[in-house]
Amino acid sequence: MTTSRESILNTLRKHSVPETELPDLQQPELTQQWITYPDLSQQFSDLLTSIKGLCLRVKNVEEVNQRLAELPVYQESNNICSLIPDCGQPTVNVNQITDPHDFENIDFAILPGEFCVAENGATWITNDGGPLRTLYFLSQHVALVVPASEVVPHMHAAYQRLSFENRSFGTFMAGPSKTADIEQSLVIGAHGARSLTVFLVEEPF
Amino acid sequence: MPAHPELAAEFIKDKDRAHWHDQSLWFVRSKRDLAAHQLPEWELLREQASKIKSYVVSHLPDLLVEFEKNAKAKGVHVHWARDAKEHNEIVHGILERHQVKRVVKSKSMLTEECHLNPYLERHGIEIVDTDLGEWIVQLQDKPPSHIVMPAIHIKKEEIGELFHEKLGTEKGASDPQYLTESARQRLRQKFIGAEAGITGVNFAIAETGGFVVCTNEGNADLGTSLNKLHIACMGIEKLIPRANDLSVFLRLLARSATGQPITTYSSHFHGPAPDGELHIVLLDNGRSEIAGSDEFRRSLNCIRCGACMNTCPVYRRSGGYSYSNTVPGPIGSILGPAHDTKANASLPFACSLCASCTDVCPVKIDLHHQLLTWRKQIRLKGLLPLSKRLSMKMLSWMMQAPRLYQFVGKMARRVVPYLPRFLVYNRFNAWGKQRELPDMPKQSFREWMKQNHDDK
Repeated sequence: MTTSRESILNTLRKHSVPETELPDLQQPELTQQWITYPDLSQQFSDLLTSIKGLCLRVKNVEEVNQRLAELPVYQESNNICSLIPDCGQPTVNVNQITDPHDFENIDFAILPGEFCVAENGATWITNDGGPLRTLYFLSQHVALVVPASEVVPHMHAAYQRLSFENRSFGTFMAGPSKTADIEQSLVIGAHGARSLTVFLVEEPF
Repeated sequence: MPAHPELAAEFIKDKDRAHWHDQSLWFVRSKRDLAAHQLPEWELLREQASKIKSYVVSHLPDLLVEFEKNAKAKGVHVHWARDAKEHNEIVHGILERHQVKRVVKSKSMLTEECHLNPYLERHGIEIVDTDLGEWIVQLQDKPPSHIVMPAIHIKKEEIGELFHEKLGTEKGASDPQYLTESARQRLRQKFIGAEAGITGVNFAIAETGGFVVCTNEGNADLGTSLNKLHIACMGIEKLIPRANDLSVFLRLLARSATGQPITTYSSHFHGPAPDGELHIVLLDNGRSEIAGSDEFRRSLNCIRCGACMNTCPVYRRSGGYSYSNTVPGPIGSILGPAHDTKANASLPFACSLCASCTDVCPVKIDLHHQLLTWRKQIRLKGLLPLSKRLSMKMLSWMMQAPRLYQFVGKMARRVVPYLPRFLVYNRFNAWGKQRELPDMPKQSFREWMKQNHDDK
């Protein structure tokens, strides 16, 4: 008896499907056509605002702390954690937590983002898939801290930076969690973060 | 399964609702246009997407093997399922081995196609759909009526009533904000309590052995990061060759679907979490046969954005439940007959051939051409209803006999205006069901020509 694997592959192989070519996405005829923006950070900030996120452009981590303190959702948060050194006033030490369920009551998480995409307001985050991965999704509010120099214009530039050679988890996060499943009314805070703030930080941190 | 016209008739009985449904979807279509027009390279992107997908279909066996090899190298368990039954057995087998009793699932039309929920429930497993729209229809014990917005046909008052009954929300409350918050609270408990997460797959990458799942709500990520077992179910056509190809598809998908620049979460899974287990189930269920068809191969390009439904004048006015297939609308009317021609024989006729679907399709499927081709094949297979067969035959006979044609026309012009209403508007006149016939002209075009030009 052939396995399902063999049976599916055999069915596919018996067809003579005309050969077609895979386009080279790096060819200049294409790459010259991709959209450009005069000010990438400004475009990213505008786009993130349009999808109900908040972008704050700051000089350094001290300024992140100042701006955090001004955010009402931060002021109202009791359980805060931070994966950025000297950033925020964490009340929960995440390194002691091994079961992701223990993050259930996190109100505000300050987390690293790798780079931002100007065309769609997304920030790429990665994680080893350990318990901390949950923080990006389970926390009531999320702030991502990203070097200001790391804004790329579009998704083509984004994938130039990514390789998936090893086991990994990564996601583009674009704004807070949302749904419009009830009569097309946009509601912010479906299952994931109720708010997303992205800090673009000029100085190294 | 009743034919499309019968099911549609049911839906349009409530005129206000049909109009509201039409407007809701047109609103989404308009948002799609705004988003597409913001990218000058939109058409170029569609072309690349179409080329990449055509390449995939022409190299599917090799890409599947490459994907399997690379996924396995990253520690993923890869399963192959010929049909829905085998798919469900595989998923159940994995859950059983882990003694899982509570599962959360993010939106997956493939598991709807396989009727996975009732299968697992029969085996004593609780499975909760966590996409808000899909959860709403699950609470109603109904399937989704749209692939991106499963509850697009339900009014907020009805959802309020449903939530009052099932979740104990306030009676009469229908504010979407309030209802969504109630769902958030309840589903958080489900996420926390679940022992496994099932997701669909938007794109699987042959070159890396990874895959991407897109959601706005974050439900796929919550469902997979809180427990150690992740099962991802995908159709074999979801493959793309290279990670770079995602740049094209992620630019097109959400803009085409809802007019968003990108979904809120586009998560890339490469291998299991450090102490977790990741399974991928590859489902055929008729797809390999479509790959062999010159006429319908391109329907496998579909990335399930739903743009063809949002723009379709028939879908918008007849609702998703008028289609006897899991995937409704134009693409469903192609995939449905490919899977079971007899059961879905009426679907390719639920189309005005306006070609709007083809215009908006981000992967350039020639939808309306394929729908027309299906009509021919359905006729050849003898699956047309008698009324259509007879009227076509009569029309063909009359068209081939000019004198008869002239005579019938003349008689109609003279007689019809004096006929009692019941003789003109009855069950044989499907066209006149909701429309008035135009006034009969005094003369035919031929007569007019003769009078005004032929005597020169």
